[in-house]
Amino acid sequence: MILGLEFPPISHLVEWPTLFGGEVFGVNKVVLLMWISVGLVFALFYVASRQPKLVPTGVQNVAESTVEFVDEQIVQQTIGPDGRGYMPFLLTLFTFVFICNLWELIPLVQMPVNARIALPMFMAIVVWFVYIIVGIRHQGLFGYLKNSTIPPGVPKAILPLVAFIELIGILITRPFSLAIRLFANMLAGHLLLVTFAIITQSLFAATILGGALPLALLIFLMGFELLVSFLQAYIFTILAAVYIDSSMHPEH
Amino acid sequence: MLDVLAQQAEGELEAGLTAVGRGIVYGGAAIGPGIGIGLVVGNAITAMARQPEAAGMVRTTMFLGIAFTEALALFGFVLSFIISG
Repeated sequence: MILGLEFPPISHLVEWPTLFGGEVFGVNKVVLLMWISVGLVFALFYVASRQPKLVPTGVQNVAESTVEFVDEQIVQQTIGPDGRGYMPFLLTLFTFVFICNLWELIPLVQMPVNARIALPMFMAIVVWFVYIIVGIRHQGLFGYLKNSTIPPGVPKAILPLVAFIELIGILITRPFSLAIRLFANMLAGHLLLVTFAIITQSLFAATILGGALPLALLIFLMGFELLVSFLQAYIFTILAAVYIDSSMHPEH
Repeated sequence: MLDVLAQQAEGELEAGLTAVGRGIVYGGAAIGPGIGIGLVVGNAITAMARQPEAAGMVRTTMFLGIAFTEALALFGFVLSFIISG
């Protein structure tokens, strides 16, 4: 209760009641939205590639510009031409994260799937497995360990400390920060929108004119959140690409 | 003063201190990344203004730099929710 404003507790904003299913495999709104996102990603690329035309229209246009964006802005910028093999993985990751984030802005849904830690954490673990397996395949187990923990040009005296920090960074900090970054950004955006919606509503109840300013700010923030949800999908994918690149091409 | 303190309900002080702690945790965690992101973006703009043809490469690296810097502030944001009285 701040200045007569009733703000619900955080758990009220992100926890949803179980719709069906048991205690362990209960399905709520967030899981349902995640399934719909999976279906949308599949449908987007399936419909686009079913009858490809030389001059793309409609859905094929959207899919082709997404592929082009991921290829030119993410894969070519970080891994280079030999990263094309990881295109399908990164493209799916980008599209899925973006669609999951977009639910934040759809009226009557308004719940970013990534505002619960489960999905970002799972995707971070998948990326973790991918870059470690790529590293072992390209450099061998000991080569990968040596190249990634011993940076060139470090004095021998502090080498054990540096190697330990690098090892912790690769095994723990990377997946942890990948998951937390996406999760916290979407949660913060969700809380921001909720806060301004509550302020707008309670000021409208007091004076109709007073609600206009927070409403204008709310609309502006929705545009800002559209930018953030795109940017977070981009950053998640580009970091996955950077980690794969560091496994494929060690620094010398 | 003392009789006012004695009137406090059970756990009220803890709840208040938790709220203060959350504020301090998030505020403190935002200082460094705030300066850091400012440096990253400022230098990226300088680089883009000097070499407009390198803007694409600079922008990609800038977003990477922002992502790494921002992570620290977000740890603080998450930690402020984890702290409970």
